[in-house]
Amino acid sequence: MAVMNPEANRGILQPQAILTPEQLAAGRTGESGIVVTSLEKAVGWARTRSMWPALFGLACCAIEMMHTQTARTDMSRYGMELMRASPRQSDLIIVAGRLSRKMAPVIRKIYDQMPEPKWVISMGDCASCGGVFNNYALVQGCDEVIPVDVYVAGCPPRPEALMHGILKLHEKVRAEGIDGWNDRGGGFGITVG
Amino acid sequence: MTIQTDVETAVLPAERAARAATRFGEKVRVDDEGAWVVEAASLPEVARALRDDFALDYLINLTCVDWPDRFETVYHMASIQGGPPLCLKVAADKAKPIVPSLTGVFAGADFQEREVYDMFGVRFAGHPNLRRILMWEGFAGYPLRKDWREAYYEDDNKPLKSRWPEGDFFFGEDKIADWDDNIKYPSGYQAEGVESSRADDNIVVLDADELHRAPSGSERLIVNMGPQHPSTHGVFQMRLTLDGETVVDLQPVMGYMHRNHEKIGERNLWLGNMPFTDRLDYLAQLGNEWGYALTVEKLMGLEVPERAEYIRVILAELNRIQSHFWSITFLLNDIGAFFTPMMYAIEERELILDLFEMATGSRLMCNYMRFGGLAYDLPEEFLTMAQTLVDDRLERAIDEMDAYLSGNEIVLERMQGVGVLPPDMAINFSTSGPVLRASGVPYDVRRAEPYGVYDRFDWDVVTRPEGDVFARYMVRVGEMRQSLRILKQALRDLPGGEIMGGKKAWQIRVPAGQAYGRVENPRGELGFYCVSDGKANPYRYHVKSPCFVNLTALAEMTKGHKVADTVAILGSIDIVLGEVDR
Repeated sequence: MAVMNPEANRGILQPQAILTPEQLAAGRTGESGIVVTSLEKAVGWARTRSMWPALFGLACCAIEMMHTQTARTDMSRYGMELMRASPRQSDLIIVAGRLSRKMAPVIRKIYDQMPEPKWVISMGDCASCGGVFNNYALVQGCDEVIPVDVYVAGCPPRPEALMHGILKLHEKVRAEGIDGWNDRGGGFGITVG
Repeated sequence: MTIQTDVETAVLPAERAARAATRFGEKVRVDDEGAWVVEAASLPEVARALRDDFALDYLINLTCVDWPDRFETVYHMASIQGGPPLCLKVAADKAKPIVPSLTGVFAGADFQEREVYDMFGVRFAGHPNLRRILMWEGFAGYPLRKDWREAYYEDDNKPLKSRWPEGDFFFGEDKIADWDDNIKYPSGYQAEGVESSRADDNIVVLDADELHRAPSGSERLIVNMGPQHPSTHGVFQMRLTLDGETVVDLQPVMGYMHRNHEKIGERNLWLGNMPFTDRLDYLAQLGNEWGYALTVEKLMGLEVPERAEYIRVILAELNRIQSHFWSITFLLNDIGAFFTPMMYAIEERELILDLFEMATGSRLMCNYMRFGGLAYDLPEEFLTMAQTLVDDRLERAIDEMDAYLSGNEIVLERMQGVGVLPPDMAINFSTSGPVLRASGVPYDVRRAEPYGVYDRFDWDVVTRPEGDVFARYMVRVGEMRQSLRILKQALRDLPGGEIMGGKKAWQIRVPAGQAYGRVENPRGELGFYCVSDGKANPYRYHVKSPCFVNLTALAEMTKGHKVADTVAILGSIDIVLGEVDR
């Protein structure tokens, strides 16, 4: 697992203004026009503020996923209102629902088509561990096919729970640096819900 | 066409038996439950005679039961005028099960027979396209047969012994190390160097002739839409054969969400199935629960207290409204009004889900109904909130949507005259729900075979004569208004008293027998066919899914239209894949 920095959540772009004493005296702190931060923080900030999810719903959880986009929870607050119908334009795939063996190759193909960096949220019990369905037809957790960053528990998770999962993912993305998304530390994601 | 509840054509069982004896002679025997046991060879003849002479012109369900000594295909036929269905049974040999296909008599038998073939291995002689439908081609075995073994469980049926307090807890996977029971390899099979047979499923091999130039001079083209496609409402695939941009042929490919709900249902305890039914059509949870509860109540002969019946009506009608909101706005999504109408509709939907949460504890997966009543009573605030919603908010929302959309130039242009399904064809294809009623057939299970307390309310069956996409849209709008009418009456008349009938018990006993129960879900007639052998689990548990059967008519509706219209037509059928694939 990527190391979660509790500080990562706040002050990503804390302006450390370089000001002349005259400017300070005049109280014109906002005019210096310079913000100093690390590249990692800037990249993390950019990635979390325009993370486009793929339009990919499987089952019941997809209904709650769509509810997450609408007025009450309003995912677009985080620049996520665009569910991309093409995997080639998306950064995040939310596996919302049970994954059958017939569908498993398809989801892998979709994941492979997504440009890097890319993240995966496994939404709900079925996608995370098979849930209440355990037989020949179902893959017992989508992490058998694709690497998962965040698991959201619930059957189905409420929109708030998915939101929690998305925020956790944001936290992770900000903390993992520029190339950290590729390192899923042995395949253990974060579990919320 | 008018609907009569006391139909002359719905023949009484005794009279039916007498007429069967004279008409069909040796070919038909009436068993003690009133079902007709038909000789396999004369099935098409009997079915055709029933359709043409006995007015049983509507095939509502087709399934199969695996008995120890035989396979038994089961058909439920009803009259489009209303009345209870007649059950036909045909026995097939255990070793080599072959039954004549009914596709020549009822086009709606097509997919259902393919499903029986897929799950039981019963072959239907004369079926035009007998291939697997839910599993992929090349899958070995027939999962719904009783000799199918799951690798994960130590017992076939619940309750699993190891989970009892005195039992040792262990995982079935650890104990059953070999998977031999489930996997049958052909003789001479070499594991190395074998390409997955699954790949074949995605390749359509066509005749060279078929790919020759079409009359228009252009080359035919095959386009796979789905399973991941924004227009398919889930994981559903359409294989289109195109001539230019015109659809020549369409093959639906499904099963991408198949988890064998029925097999799970046969392993579970009777009551343990209730939460699973929520996950069938996840936009009509309470309707599903009602259908299952109704069927088992039929088997057990339970009376449901009046208050529980009214609460069921209230919740089911609220359910219908939220489901229609969803499907209408998704149809608009499909024709290009992306997401904006949905944002509006989901506002009201959220409020209805709040009511569900208040009553049942969950927004989507309610698990609220029980055999003989309900799990618990409504909280006090529910009624005031529901009353406000019904009196004030919902009516306004429906009117608003109607005013914005129904007269819109683009909506009319894209919907009118597209995907026309004539009434005779709609009946022959066994379609149900808004698809059937938009073709001008006033068939609604709430009228045709009233269940619950629907016969006490004053409401109309909404129909439209055109049979196109716009008619289906308008029928849904009309049905929401009718649901509001029913809701107003039900909230006004809601009596007090018990919410659970029958004797209180931890474990229910379901007497041996079979029952077919059906309810009018937002998507059409949802049926449950349950066979009990008196044990703790259902012997056979079949779900007749309205979406699955309505899809049979999809190819017929789309032929000759453009690709963009295909999207609108699929949207107007309004499928939910959880129920199509089960």
